[in-house]
Amino acid sequence: MSPGRYKIFLGMAAGVGKTYRMLQEGHAEADAGRDVAIGYLEPHRREETSAQARGLEVVLRRPVSIREVAVEEMDLPAVLRRRPELALIDELAHTNPPGLEHEKRYEDIAAVLAAGIDVFSTVNVQHLESLNDQVAELTGVRVRETVPDSVLGSADEVVLIDLTPEALIGRLRAGKIYPGEAIDAALNNFFRIENLAALREVSLRQVAESVEAKRLTLEQVEPLGTREKVAAEVPKAVGERVLALVRPQPSSQRLVRRAWRSAQRLGTDLDLLWVKRPGDPIEGEVERQVTALRQLASVLGARFLIEEHDDLVAAAARVAKERGATYLMVGESEPRRGFARLREPLPQRLMRATPPGVDVRIVAHRSNGGER
Amino acid sequence: MIEHALVGLALALGLGGGYLLARSRLRSGRRGAEPVHRILLPFTGAEISVRAIDAALRLARAEEAELMPAYLAEVPMRLPLDCSIPREAGKAMAMLEAIEQRAAAQGVPVDARIERGRSYRHALARLLGSERVDRVVVPAGTADGGEGLSGEDLIWLIDKAPAEVLILRPAPGDALSPLAANSGRAHAQL
Repeated sequence: MSPGRYKIFLGMAAGVGKTYRMLQEGHAEADAGRDVAIGYLEPHRREETSAQARGLEVVLRRPVSIREVAVEEMDLPAVLRRRPELALIDELAHTNPPGLEHEKRYEDIAAVLAAGIDVFSTVNVQHLESLNDQVAELTGVRVRETVPDSVLGSADEVVLIDLTPEALIGRLRAGKIYPGEAIDAALNNFFRIENLAALREVSLRQVAESVEAKRLTLEQVEPLGTREKVAAEVPKAVGERVLALVRPQPSSQRLVRRAWRSAQRLGTDLDLLWVKRPGDPIEGEVERQVTALRQLASVLGARFLIEEHDDLVAAAARVAKERGATYLMVGESEPRRGFARLREPLPQRLMRATPPGVDVRIVAHRSNGGER
Repeated sequence: MIEHALVGLALALGLGGGYLLARSRLRSGRRGAEPVHRILLPFTGAEISVRAIDAALRLARAEEAELMPAYLAEVPMRLPLDCSIPREAGKAMAMLEAIEQRAAAQGVPVDARIERGRSYRHALARLLGSERVDRVVVPAGTADGGEGLSGEDLIWLIDKAPAEVLILRPAPGDALSPLAANSGRAHAQL
């Protein structure tokens, strides 16, 4: 049995409309003739959400007792018995009370998917494990319920439910997210423009990265078709990316500075690549300079890659393609002597080897010939 | 006869080539074995004393040493020590570029660093722990306890640095501040 398809609606915060959109799409699927059921819905007493759920079949929740307090949880066995074509299961980051089949709801969802049922689900970006610290740092609020990033990575589709911070605060003030008594507290704590703007950026980046990861995964599925066919079918990344070819020597630092400035202006990421000859040891001065480059990359938030390859141009072209680089920056070559003069210069070779549309830029050495 | 001459020529070329190769390897081997001459110039913030740069460059020229300007950055406790610090890096880049330009004009090689620490002293300790330097040229901080290394930091440096330490008192108005230069507030021309 093939597993069901998994679609996640990702939001920057509560109230952006993830559940609403999930229900809307559920209705659209039902209208198209599919068997749709709500496995679990958390309407948070929001009238619009409850209204949107009307007309869709709901699998009843099961009562569970936590320290003698009765709560209602998703009834996984009932969902599996009901076996709809598509199950709508809200809040995948939820932690189940002890005694249920799984500790986390995303594990319940995995069981539903494994049964061949398609699932639509929802999550906020601050629940992603890798972003938990970053979001806590940005907003001062740490969430306890986290999910591994692989959950998002395993989804067939991730839909970002985007809303401007101003619009979200407008919804909050209008009482569409929390009841009246909680609005002021929310506005003074989590729902501040700067928090929401930061969370929005994190969400946008997260989805952009997952789109890129998916693109790379698809590109690697060459056995399913010819390289040309796969290339034609795979969506290309939009945006810029800078790749700088460095060597473990002090002069590379200037190249890194230039590349970093370019990346900053473009608002994009920077990758540093050193193509090391196979067998060459990393020791002594080379080791010292590699450590320095690694440190510099860490300070700048750049990625330092070391590729072992005989052919600098082939390795650089492959990495440029894999990373979706649009700018390749190289340092000025040393003056060529002897037979090396007969070889085509490095920038030209790079231009020919890299995918079309990749600009090659040469960063000049600093001259030692007096002040200008 | 001609054959003998050709063989002789080939032998001469081979011997000559071998000699040149051996000499170049010997030279590069000697270069690698030479003691490292490195002058560390640590600094903080968005300006640095021109006197300190010039002193470090004069020493570097005289001793055929490499200059290592190092920007020290404080990382607050709430962030991991190895986190990226783009805003600080922006300041550091402008400063290092300006120092490198000045060094290049005097033919002094530069190998720059940006070092993070919980305090400037911590950053300096980390740097001294990972790099071998022969001298440290350091501009004294301001008396009012503003940005830069404090008097206590300098005493610590003299006590702990495994190198000769040269502390320079900055003269009024001798600060090099490339960031200010961009906004039209240059203290010193490059």
